[in-house]
Amino acid sequence: MPEPPPAEDPDVDLHLPAHRAELRSGRASLLGAVALGGALGAGARYGVTLLWPTPHDGFPWAVACVNTAGCALIGVFMVLHEELGSPHRLLRPFIGVGVLGGFTTFSTYAADTHTLLSAGRPLVALADLAAVPLLALAAVAVSARATRACVARVRNAEGAR
Amino acid sequence: MNWLLVLVGGALGAPLRYLTDRAVQSRHESAFPWGTLTVNVLGCLGIGLFTGAVLAGAAPSELQLLLGTGLCGALTTYSTFSYETLRLAESGAALQAAANVGASVLAGFGAVLLGDAAASAAWG
Repeated sequence: MPEPPPAEDPDVDLHLPAHRAELRSGRASLLGAVALGGALGAGARYGVTLLWPTPHDGFPWAVACVNTAGCALIGVFMVLHEELGSPHRLLRPFIGVGVLGGFTTFSTYAADTHTLLSAGRPLVALADLAAVPLLALAAVAVSARATRACVARVRNAEGAR
Repeated sequence: MNWLLVLVGGALGAPLRYLTDRAVQSRHESAFPWGTLTVNVLGCLGIGLFTGAVLAGAAPSELQLLLGTGLCGALTTYSTFSYETLRLAESGAALQAAANVGASVLAGFGAVLLGDAAASAAWG
């Protein structure tokens, strides 16, 4: 039996009535939660790059790991969020849009590839360009599946009691 | 000070992504994540432009932290991009999932080149 597809978009999904309505019911609190999460996520990413500096002609491990970790975390978060039934209205905007969206970055990933090309490292640039999407997609697929399996196991255990 | 620049940039970039994604989604009905593709390409264009301006000496390096690491970093996202790709793949739209990855990577990289070229033309 194929697994049910994840239904909700981490950022915003206008097919869902709850997402369409969320900006109307408290615009300031919603955008405030997204902004606070974005600041925390971007700050955490900056902290990782300070602790783990990468030479400009070397593989950008810090950003690759930040992006992979953020994709693993969004897989766990979105599955749990949908399991909650009626989660707090600011939970997805804060964690999904803000913290994890701010932590991960597409622009630095693409800019690093350009920097590597300019530094005369085309093979490292190509490795970065190809490896990060593969790592990110593997991370989100494995984490979402593992979380769904854990949730199903807990459900079964509760049902057996 | 450096931290403050990154935090302020991040606090601006994430809501800008949310609002842009909403605006793009409200203009079409398809399941393809055009909104995230749009913010990712815009952020790549921005980081190319700002990095180019700093390298050309036309802007202080603090601008790189505020607008590059903070604003463009939080405007763009890998987590939403990957989750939306997973959603497409699991709903049976494998071709759209592959197209999303290919288009995002190529358009993102192309946007960095374009931004950098524009900065070189303006300040190089």
